[in-house]
Amino acid sequence: MNLSVIPDAWSWLTTADNWSGSGGAAHRLNEHLYLTAVCLVLSCAIALPLALWLGHGGGRRFGGALAINISNAGRAVPTFAVLVLLTLGPLGTHGDLPTVIALILFAVPPLLTNAYVGISQADPSVVQAAKGMGMSHLQVLGRVEIPLAFPLIMTGVRTAAVQIVATATLAALPGGGGLGRIITAGFRTYRTPQVVAGAVLVALLALAVEGVLALAQRLLDPGRRHRVREAAPAPAGEAPHEPPTGRPRPTRPLTGSTQ
Amino acid sequence: MSAHARNCLAANDWICGEYLRSRSEELTDATVEHIVITLSAVGLAILVAFPLALLARRWRIAAGGILSLTTVLYTIPSLAMYALLLPVFGISASIVVTGLVLYSLTVLVRNMLAGLQAVPEEAREAARGLGYGPARLLFAVELPLALPAVMAGVRIATVSAVSLTTVGAIVGHGGLGNLIYSSLDSYFKAQVLTASVLCVALAVAADLLLLLVQRLLTPWARAGGGGRRTRRRPGPAPAPRAEEVA
Repeated sequence: MNLSVIPDAWSWLTTADNWSGSGGAAHRLNEHLYLTAVCLVLSCAIALPLALWLGHGGGRRFGGALAINISNAGRAVPTFAVLVLLTLGPLGTHGDLPTVIALILFAVPPLLTNAYVGISQADPSVVQAAKGMGMSHLQVLGRVEIPLAFPLIMTGVRTAAVQIVATATLAALPGGGGLGRIITAGFRTYRTPQVVAGAVLVALLALAVEGVLALAQRLLDPGRRHRVREAAPAPAGEAPHEPPTGRPRPTRPLTGSTQ
Repeated sequence: MSAHARNCLAANDWICGEYLRSRSEELTDATVEHIVITLSAVGLAILVAFPLALLARRWRIAAGGILSLTTVLYTIPSLAMYALLLPVFGISASIVVTGLVLYSLTVLVRNMLAGLQAVPEEAREAARGLGYGPARLLFAVELPLALPAVMAGVRIATVSAVSLTTVGAIVGHGGLGNLIYSSLDSYFKAQVLTASVLCVALAVAADLLLLLVQRLLTPWARAGGGGRRTRRRPGPAPAPRAEEVA
């Protein structure tokens, strides 16, 4: 155990030189954030419509099997191996393209699985009631199923985001950009303080991304607002703004027959 | 262009029988290291997770703390995790094993806790009525009933560990990952593909093996035929559900 690394890593982090320039931490952080954002948006654009369609009834049997197997497969395939395979493959000459593809490949499974499970497990009696009220398919999806599935959909988004941040770090091994570069460069030059400093940055970034998305989930959850309104009959000013929920876990959808 | 190059090694093909023949020893060594690292990590993780799950079940405050701590650990990317452990262990396999243990705790503690909490109160009452003490109650009644959930966690942890071991290549102890990493500089395609395929095969084999173990350990889940008892076969297996919590 080498404790002197901690102050050394701290001084690495607080040295302006390490942050500036084309290989500096600021630039690497930018690369990392940019890659994460682009790939998260692209993966959502691919996975969520598919999950909504499958969950809403476009072939549930197939959807269920796909949703489960794809996330099992996503776990079994090593991200590092895929990154290297894509880099050595024919796409390897196209700059960041192998990295982007790998990031999307590993972000789609959690998105797809969680959103599919959320939509397909929306309380059937509520869905039936919505249909009985004359809602169209799109209305049922948009006004009933998506709000009910929102916590799970967001769980998928958060898992995917964390996965992307982690995989983008690994992209440094086959020579990609991002904060992982600080770590790999440190390993190559036997500079442990730099390795630790880079790791701290990566860990903080991952936790920050998770935190921001958890906050977004809280603020955006359509079910929560509804619940608060319903739970607070008289004193509106007293409506609890921080319901004591811990981590947003895959809660059961809202209580079935309310009306 | 002489398409029929005799030697696929020289041609740097993706698939190369000659590679398998000439480097079988290297491949075996890497596979063995991979298995040893994964097994010791999951084994240690089970030993650590079990008391944590019991603590979490006993005290609610402990549950909150343990679950959020393990979740935070799970959020840290693997490369950063190994890098953060570097000053603790220096370059050694302990880094990889410890990192994998920390990752596995998330799934294991959660699933153990969920499994123990799902034990029907009647079963506990009945055991107490029969004069079972706390230890016997735990090991003879609660643990067997929680086994399906526990094993689901062990399977997820093992498959993830097999995959994450490859990243250990950064400290030279990544099992098959070492082969992948060392092929980067030489663009050795056959080695990357072979090691990757072996890695996936290891994960699948481990998963199936654990499934088999689970079936042998829970004969009552198979008994009763019909499928009235909850059989976790094709349907919404516990696996993906456990992950969404992570």
